[in-house]
Amino acid sequence: MFSSFMINSWIVASIVAVVAGVTGLFVVIRGSTFAAHSLPLGTFPGAAAAALIGIDELWGLIAFSALGVIGISQLSRHQRNDVATALTLVTLLGLGTLFLSLTSEYSQAVYSLLFGEVLGVSSSEIAPVAGLGVAVIGLTLLLFRPLLLTAVSADLGEVRGVRSAGIELIFLAMLGLATAMALPVVGALLVFSLMVGPASAARFLTDRPVRAMGLSAGIALATVWAALALSYATNWPVGFFVGSLAALSYGLGRCWASLRKKM
Amino acid sequence: MGDPIGMVFAPGFFASAPVQTAMVIGGGAAIVSAIIGVFTIIRGQSFAGHALADVSSAGGAASFLLGVSPMLGFLGMAVLAAGAMELLGIRRAQERDLVTGIVLGAGLGLTALLLYFDVTTRSTTGATISVMFGSMFGIPSSLIPPAVLVGGGVIAVVIAIYRPLLLSSLDSTLAEVQGINVRLIGLLHLLMLSLAVTLAAMTIGAILSTALLIGPAAAALRVTSRPGAAIGLAALIGLGSVAGGVLLAYDSYDWTPGHGWPVSFFIVSIISAVYLLAALPGRRARRGAVISGNPETV
Amino acid sequence: MRSVNEMLVVDQVSVAFPGRQVLERVSFTLERGAFCGLIGANGSGKTTLLRSILGLQPLSAGAISIDGLPRSRAAGTIGYVPQKIQLDSDIPLRARDLVELGLTGRRLGLPWPSKARARLVDEMLTAVDAQGFADQRVGNLSGGQQQRVLIAHALIRRPKLLLLDEPLANLDIRAVAEIVALLRRVAGGHGITLLVSAHDMNPLLGAMDRIVYLANGRAASGSTDDVVRTEVLSGLYGYHIDVLRVHGRVLVVAAGSANEIPLNVADPSTHIAMVP
Repeated sequence: MFSSFMINSWIVASIVAVVAGVTGLFVVIRGSTFAAHSLPLGTFPGAAAAALIGIDELWGLIAFSALGVIGISQLSRHQRNDVATALTLVTLLGLGTLFLSLTSEYSQAVYSLLFGEVLGVSSSEIAPVAGLGVAVIGLTLLLFRPLLLTAVSADLGEVRGVRSAGIELIFLAMLGLATAMALPVVGALLVFSLMVGPASAARFLTDRPVRAMGLSAGIALATVWAALALSYATNWPVGFFVGSLAALSYGLGRCWASLRKKM
Repeated sequence: MGDPIGMVFAPGFFASAPVQTAMVIGGGAAIVSAIIGVFTIIRGQSFAGHALADVSSAGGAASFLLGVSPMLGFLGMAVLAAGAMELLGIRRAQERDLVTGIVLGAGLGLTALLLYFDVTTRSTTGATISVMFGSMFGIPSSLIPPAVLVGGGVIAVVIAIYRPLLLSSLDSTLAEVQGINVRLIGLLHLLMLSLAVTLAAMTIGAILSTALLIGPAAAALRVTSRPGAAIGLAALIGLGSVAGGVLLAYDSYDWTPGHGWPVSFFIVSIISAVYLLAALPGRRARRGAVISGNPETV
Repeated sequence: MRSVNEMLVVDQVSVAFPGRQVLERVSFTLERGAFCGLIGANGSGKTTLLRSILGLQPLSAGAISIDGLPRSRAAGTIGYVPQKIQLDSDIPLRARDLVELGLTGRRLGLPWPSKARARLVDEMLTAVDAQGFADQRVGNLSGGQQQRVLIAHALIRRPKLLLLDEPLANLDIRAVAEIVALLRRVAGGHGITLLVSAHDMNPLLGAMDRIVYLANGRAASGSTDDVVRTEVLSGLYGYHIDVLRVHGRVLVVAAGSANEIPLNVADPSTHIAMVP
């Protein structure tokens, strides 16, 4: 499984895992689970649209995830209603099915966009993914403390001069980029698991914020590697392993936390 | 090209058997989903409803594998998941959303696996599209009787427990004070949610079925604060969306020569358009007693 | 001419929300080192007033200055202890991390360990008696423990003015006494000016030397004896209020129905800063 054509998959998957783990920690801390679940749904049509127009999939994904981010941030200003946001994103998803039905690729394309596809990563795709990955991780590290402080209390942040609306928008944008990157590898429906599973496990294991982020990235890496290896061995879809392993890490983390409490 | 009716209703619309089946089952799904959806929103369980729908997809995929009716598959999985949610019942809202999401992910992973098996062992290549996005025109008319039974059953139960359901959805303590068994009502709600989700998943697919569950209900709740009116309006919107969607999908065969556009796309688009229309006037959410209900009563 | 000793000047401040006048021409002055209680019922505008002083709430009218500077330029001199923070016990953040964020919350990049900062954090933790639980998760702390950590978080920047929004609400009796004693130590020992909001003035009676009483969006300020009197409070509320003193505790009671004849409100002969 380490043959040359698989190497690309390993590299891209690893970058995606670290990005997901790092942003995922803040998704969990800030309670943005809803956005993390819905954004991929809205991003999914981007791949289909890109296929229709004939441009590279990644740019279509980024474009639609940007739409999703703008949509969520605008709607939550007026509506405070996750129902509304979920609806609009489901609409975008419906759009995606339309685009897909207009291309001639049909079922297999839908499947890999929803559940992930590891094979067939060409080396030309590594550079943009790496670039995006560095950008997102860099931004998260840069904004580590403001993100942490505003997660605990928006007021404390404001008093320190950190505008909570601004931070929220930047965070959503980071989430959007991470989503666009992760979608081709793990699929629209499992991006959420990769972001949230390792992170929720990590925060059961340590009390310290920086360590939690490191652990989250580490567990995400382990998850993706295991999923890749298992998928290669059994031919079963990557998404299945990601979903199951994420649930497993959460469960194990939970057990560890209750054991710790008893000690 | 001078026939106005023919332009709207492409020829053969009313006579086509798949269309008729689609209208009946789809319409039924819409009505049932809309009614339950109102209560789901009041109870603040929209995410749980969404998760239930997505997880039921695993059942749909399994049904292809086992060669049973998709309805059975969706239903079985939905009921299983509903039971699991009831058992896991976690207090803190944020943690519960997290757990719901993680279980949802695991469920979807399972769907991925089962769909893969469908393709490899049984060569049902259309399984993915059909399970996730529905196959409205492909529903066999033999499913009409069981669907009507399920739909009718749900409506009957809602009518029977209407007042306890409403009260416990608004505030569980108020309900308990009157001797209502809040736990039982909650279970019944989840059960009916599973049934609604099943019907919706069959028609527009698992992931989009949230639109049918939440969309018309949310739109109705923006327009009125009276529960009875909201339920009626939601059912109307749902029915209209499905009818319109089926019609447009049928007509679309003529737009792009060869194949039509997906029904689910039209239905979801109509629902979103209606919601936006309902939500536009007035930025402030309506402060009716209906919406400010007690979140997560189960 | 402003007295050099004036720490906080609130001058004819009004704040209006759509349909509601929350604060109406509120005026008072706090001297350096004062321990002032901001007393009022829930919904009387205490949080709004605090947020106005912090610069988080725009004013409809009036001006606020802190240590001689207009509010907009005084950010570094104010500390704030908010009423609610996100108490999720699963946030991986220790008490000492939260205190450190008081110093570094705005800084970019990952936290670099620094001996000087660690010493400062320890100093703060000791000052609020929090060393015992410094390494525990913020979400696992009791109400009283969290208050201490939040106070340390605010104090670490050495503010000249410290605002606390209902720090005593939701605390048990012993924790209330401990926090009040802590605040006295903080104010007295370091000369920090305190403005503490509460809906019950009794726990603060022994500690505060000034009171600002809010009712109906209007304020009366002065010493406790001057303000907490029947005539003054009745004037604020607009109907007859009785102030009873029982065993050193104060009870503010609405006497009879609201149909009682209201007392004359604007009494220019009093020395108290009363706003009509």
